[in-house]
Amino acid sequence: MKTVTIIAGKEILESLRNRWVLATTLLLAALALSLTFLGSAPTGNVGAGALDVVVVSLSSLTIFLLPLIALLISHDAIVGEMERGTMILLLSYPVGRYQIVLGKFCGHVLILAFATVIGYGVAAGALAISGAAVLAASWYAFAWMIGTSIMLGAAFVAIGYLISSLAGDRGTAAGVSVGVWLIMVLVFDMALLGLLVVDQGRTVSASVLERLLFLNPTDIYRLANLTGFNVSQFSGMAGLAGSTGASTLALLVGMVLWIAVPLGLATVSFARREL
Amino acid sequence: MTATISIQKVDKAYGKIHALREVSFDLPPGGICALVGHNGAGKTTLIKLMLGLIQPSGGAIRVLGEDPAAGEFSARRQLGYLPENVAFNAALTGRETLSFYARLKQLKPATASTMLDRVGLGDAADRRVGTYSKGMRQRLGLAQALLGRPRILLLDEPTTGLDPALRQTFYDILHELRDGGATVLISSHALSELEGRAQHVLIMNRGTLVAEGTLAELRRLSQLPIRVSFELGPGYDDAAPTWLANLAASGTDGHVVLVPDDERKMALLQVAAADPQVRNIEVVTPTLDDLYAHFLRARETAE
Repeated sequence: MKTVTIIAGKEILESLRNRWVLATTLLLAALALSLTFLGSAPTGNVGAGALDVVVVSLSSLTIFLLPLIALLISHDAIVGEMERGTMILLLSYPVGRYQIVLGKFCGHVLILAFATVIGYGVAAGALAISGAAVLAASWYAFAWMIGTSIMLGAAFVAIGYLISSLAGDRGTAAGVSVGVWLIMVLVFDMALLGLLVVDQGRTVSASVLERLLFLNPTDIYRLANLTGFNVSQFSGMAGLAGSTGASTLALLVGMVLWIAVPLGLATVSFARREL
Repeated sequence: MTATISIQKVDKAYGKIHALREVSFDLPPGGICALVGHNGAGKTTLIKLMLGLIQPSGGAIRVLGEDPAAGEFSARRQLGYLPENVAFNAALTGRETLSFYARLKQLKPATASTMLDRVGLGDAADRRVGTYSKGMRQRLGLAQALLGRPRILLLDEPTTGLDPALRQTFYDILHELRDGGATVLISSHALSELEGRAQHVLIMNRGTLVAEGTLAELRRLSQLPIRVSFELGPGYDDAAPTWLANLAASGTDGHVVLVPDDERKMALLQVAAADPQVRNIEVVTPTLDDLYAHFLRARETAE
């Protein structure tokens, strides 16, 4: 455990030095602030949920941006250190390979969590200061959104490690990461939509569709954030929200599996790898 | 004393390429051992096997009594390693890097500072490693290998990029560790540098161990001649003395005699020393370079 902490600490220190933490936090804060204040223009101040609108727009942003940032920091973690020659030295120390993966994971997720909490928190804080009335339920939805965003980021950090532990060189890892991002964030949903159109509801029932959505962490995230009672009316997911019966617990389990399984596989494939 | 490193009939194949074939040797504690061989002779593969970074295809390896590839990390705390091309994260300072490695070996981070002073990086400790020259990175590499007084030191080309002054301190540190009972394995091309420093020599060629032993043993094995040259006084201006002339058959070239072994060398020296006209005697034994070349040639012709 102590070894994991030491490695996580070094990872965080490196990211602070490389300005990764600063860049990510600023990017998320800037986008969140602009969405908060420009994004509320179309809805105006009618109705209760200024923060609900923020939750919807920030969730949509998260689905595109957080997986990309997570893959950017994680795809290099194993293969990059091997190529630079730092891994061989690290492995000559009394350190298990699973401890290296776990330590890096803790470090990277903490960086993402910091950036998300600060970046999005600034937006919510600004909204509160500007005097918008916010219901307690909206705050709850906002906190839930931040929590699941971090989990989504963690899932893609784990996927990035899996790519990194399998790839032969850094270039391949980067290319595969971009491909995975495209598939998970864009192609998967379009393919699903196409399937629904073609199928016309004959074999793909609502419950089948729901199961299919669990095959993609970004869709679990969508289900978790865009189908809430207050939120679905803004998000355009009201139709889907009505038909899905996925419980909060099922969504959480799905998300945790999307973190644990790639991380476990990454550890196994890294442990079998010869340097 | 039992061996700290024991290699028994180790094979290693990467696909169809045989990197090591049936390599066996034991290294005792308290000695400096030189591992010499061409590039691609299997030196680095051997070191990686001792570190447990790769698994042998056959045979058994014991480092401090443990199998290094079994995932037991405790032995590695007593092990120092310097890779051939040592690399560090450029964003951290020398002190941060070294205290990270010290913590991994469960040492106080403060030990890092003393070690930095010792390798002459005290002034540059708070600069980023990215700004270091190659020699400075090599020093940092040495510093991390020496952390925590290791019982086994595996050094892959340790002195490349070191200036002569630091090279001296480096060998001083090694001698100190050796006297404390550490096993030091140095893989190197700089054979002349290891001469007189290494007690034990392993000569590798194309994945096999061609010769092993102390320098004296290797000299005996090689049967390479010893060069004895004489400086003669004015009394022998015209002809060589009879004791020297008698050796003509066994390879005399002017005042230089090649003798095949130590006994005949001593016999010759005793006669020569008794002759008052001999002004000086110079004895040149085969160097590590000569021995290395000899064993490689012997192997080539045997094949």
